[in-house]
Amino acid sequence: MKALAKNRETWLLAAIALLVAVIALRFPAFARPGNLLSVFNDTSILIILALGQMAVILTRSIDLSMASNLAFTGMAVAMTNAAYPEIPVVLLIVMAMAVGTALGALNGALVWKLGIPPIVVTLGTLTIFRGATFVLSGGAWVNADQMSQGFIALPRTAILGLPMLSWFAIAAIAAFHLLMTRTALGRSIYAAGINPTAAVYAGIDVGRTKFLAFCLSGMVAGLSGYLWISRYVIASVEVANGYELSIIAACVIGGVSIAGGIGSVAGAGLGALFLGIIGSALPVINISPFWQLAISGSAIILAVVLNARGERRQGRIILRRAEA
Amino acid sequence: MLHHPHPAHVVRDPPHEGEGGASLLTLSGVSKSFPGVRALSGVSLSLYPGEVTALVGENGAGKSTLVKILTGIYQPDEGEIRIGGAPVKLPTAHAAFEQGITAIHQETVLFDHLTVAENIFLGHAPRTWLGTIDWRTMRDNAREVLETMGAGIDPDALLSDLGIANKHLVAIARAMSIDARIVIMDEPTAALSAKEIEELFLLIEFLKSQKKAILFISHKFDEIFRIADRYTVFRDGQMVGEGLLAGTTQNQLVRMMVGRAVDQIFPERQPKIGAPLLAVSGLSHPTEFDDISFELRQGEILGFYGLVGAGRSEVMQAIAGMTRVSRGTITLGRREIAPKSAADAIDAGIVYVPEERGRQGVVIGLPIFQNVSLPSLKRTSKSGVLRLAEEFRLARTYTERLDLRASSLSQDVGTLSGGNQQKVVIAKWLATEPKVIILDEPTKGIDIASKAAVHGFMAELVAEGLSVIMVSSELPEILGMSDRVVVMREGRMVAIRENRDLDAETLVRFAAGIAP
Repeated sequence: MKALAKNRETWLLAAIALLVAVIALRFPAFARPGNLLSVFNDTSILIILALGQMAVILTRSIDLSMASNLAFTGMAVAMTNAAYPEIPVVLLIVMAMAVGTALGALNGALVWKLGIPPIVVTLGTLTIFRGATFVLSGGAWVNADQMSQGFIALPRTAILGLPMLSWFAIAAIAAFHLLMTRTALGRSIYAAGINPTAAVYAGIDVGRTKFLAFCLSGMVAGLSGYLWISRYVIASVEVANGYELSIIAACVIGGVSIAGGIGSVAGAGLGALFLGIIGSALPVINISPFWQLAISGSAIILAVVLNARGERRQGRIILRRAEA
Repeated sequence: MLHHPHPAHVVRDPPHEGEGGASLLTLSGVSKSFPGVRALSGVSLSLYPGEVTALVGENGAGKSTLVKILTGIYQPDEGEIRIGGAPVKLPTAHAAFEQGITAIHQETVLFDHLTVAENIFLGHAPRTWLGTIDWRTMRDNAREVLETMGAGIDPDALLSDLGIANKHLVAIARAMSIDARIVIMDEPTAALSAKEIEELFLLIEFLKSQKKAILFISHKFDEIFRIADRYTVFRDGQMVGEGLLAGTTQNQLVRMMVGRAVDQIFPERQPKIGAPLLAVSGLSHPTEFDDISFELRQGEILGFYGLVGAGRSEVMQAIAGMTRVSRGTITLGRREIAPKSAADAIDAGIVYVPEERGRQGVVIGLPIFQNVSLPSLKRTSKSGVLRLAEEFRLARTYTERLDLRASSLSQDVGTLSGGNQQKVVIAKWLATEPKVIILDEPTKGIDIASKAAVHGFMAELVAEGLSVIMVSSELPEILGMSDRVVVMREGRMVAIRENRDLDAETLVRFAAGIAP
């Protein structure tokens, strides 16, 4: 199973390499390291968001509200920055993560304490958070000239040749990897997703685990709120509208099972990268955005089919052992 | 389930010929096997028009399998079913329905969001000339059927608004509307009040007067003797006796149910029983159990016997922190505990090993060592960060002790055989270093060799000073393993006895509520 999961990520990596190679045939400059790093940088926010979504999906839940959370938190920090430019950016990042976590905790609490299905809860908060963003801003935009220099500069600051935005994604990958493999919470998330009944008997509070997973997805949505606004230097109600579907798509392509329990940090990251490459490469080689959508969609279905086949093959192997 | 090499002696008393005319439904030589289990072997059964036949037998005797064969859900491996003398096949539930066989289950299988009339006529509703449902005729017919039965139910009422007793009536009305000839009632009284049971019995009398053949499955002897004309006894998948109830005593039925060849060997033990360790006093739950009090002593195996649904698992889940109680105390050692979650109980030293090992035991997809450490995460982590070395040490200690066969502890637990998975489950609970282990049906559905291994292991556990509560519905296991036995019936304790003072018949009588 572990070897198979490893395989799955290896296959995805191979698919990405193949994709890059095919694009390079038409447009050789695409495969240059510098360009690949910039594609990674462009995909950073999606990677960070996919990691949070993965934690939620692993517990057999789903968070549809991440993009709205991002918009609300982004608007909140942008307005704070516009009103109090003297507040250090680091503090604004902490604030973004705190606000995002609070919104995620609201989702989690509704799922945990009231037992409402996650898809219903977050379908509701998807609209509520977006509406709250409108109420907060009165429908107005926060423009580049209202933001402080530091606020805008931070994600662009290069360290060791990589922009801070990329470092945020790398840090998030490392943090989530440790969280999922080396902490009691990570273990509980997997156990609660694979076999909730067994988890309950083993003394794991499945409801609380889901709650914490939603807090995590809220936290990364909040962080992404700041990163998004500072990168695109505009805060509006429409920010990241519909982006929740890309986040979920990244997870699915990355082999995170919608049924819960199966998925890895590497998979979610590579799934996001795959979408990022398609998104940035297709316009360069003159393929219309509609084809982009069709290709992303086909990738999702293909990924699900391949994963389902992988799981079925696993079943056959067990059967053969039992017969032997 | 036990397999008897020799066919059991069949009591036939008195012979059928000349009694009550020809049978309406006859099963002969019906067998059904599942992988590893022979659920029915060569059973026969006859149902007669206008008569109620009671089917009795212990849990696992094959009654449910028989019902599923009669309703077209399972196909028999061999044997013949005849209705009105002609051999029939029941390949689907619909085929059984067309043959006039209908079943009324413990929890009725009807549609909550449809009306009474719709439920009665679902699948055979009267049509108009356009082919649409003729609602007026349907309602009128429904009302007519309900009135014939003397049931005051509005055909337009939603089924979800009815009580269980009235739902049974609707199910029976449905049987009447399709002109069912054979009515199977599978523990129909399990969820009914005394008054509702009386009403059901009146209805059964009505069905008898309509010349329906009725198969009545119940664990309750008073009901059987009250309503049934005949009995058929199943034991370990075989038919071991049938006849007229008149002239038969409850004790004769009990003897047929339990009288079995002892073909299971239990480990020899010299119990070293110490001081009381766990004391449960007056434990009550609003709906599931009431006033449960017992003591578990160090090094003791305390058996919990009862019929399925007697509330034994519910009591255990309360002790293990998974359900809240309304009243009563649990004392472990000298300390009173009130576990609010499974984690609390595990911390206190009580673990509950649930019945369905597959669903509730191993976490397939996680490696062996992570399965073992799962309930011990608090001990193998420091402020939330796992110490992998500690996890491996814990897993190695307990899997070695159980002689687990695996190439590596990092191997996915799903790649192990069933027996080895079970060892992982046991290792996982032992690794929490419990004082009390509660085993719920520890050998249900496993083969005899594995049963013996589990029993041997239980003997080792208590020899090392652990205390074990064993919930079991299998008489040989209860009698073979327990030091003392608690019998529960309908959520209450009806007996607590030293095992040496007990025999199978006494236990069954307690569990079924027959005065000794």
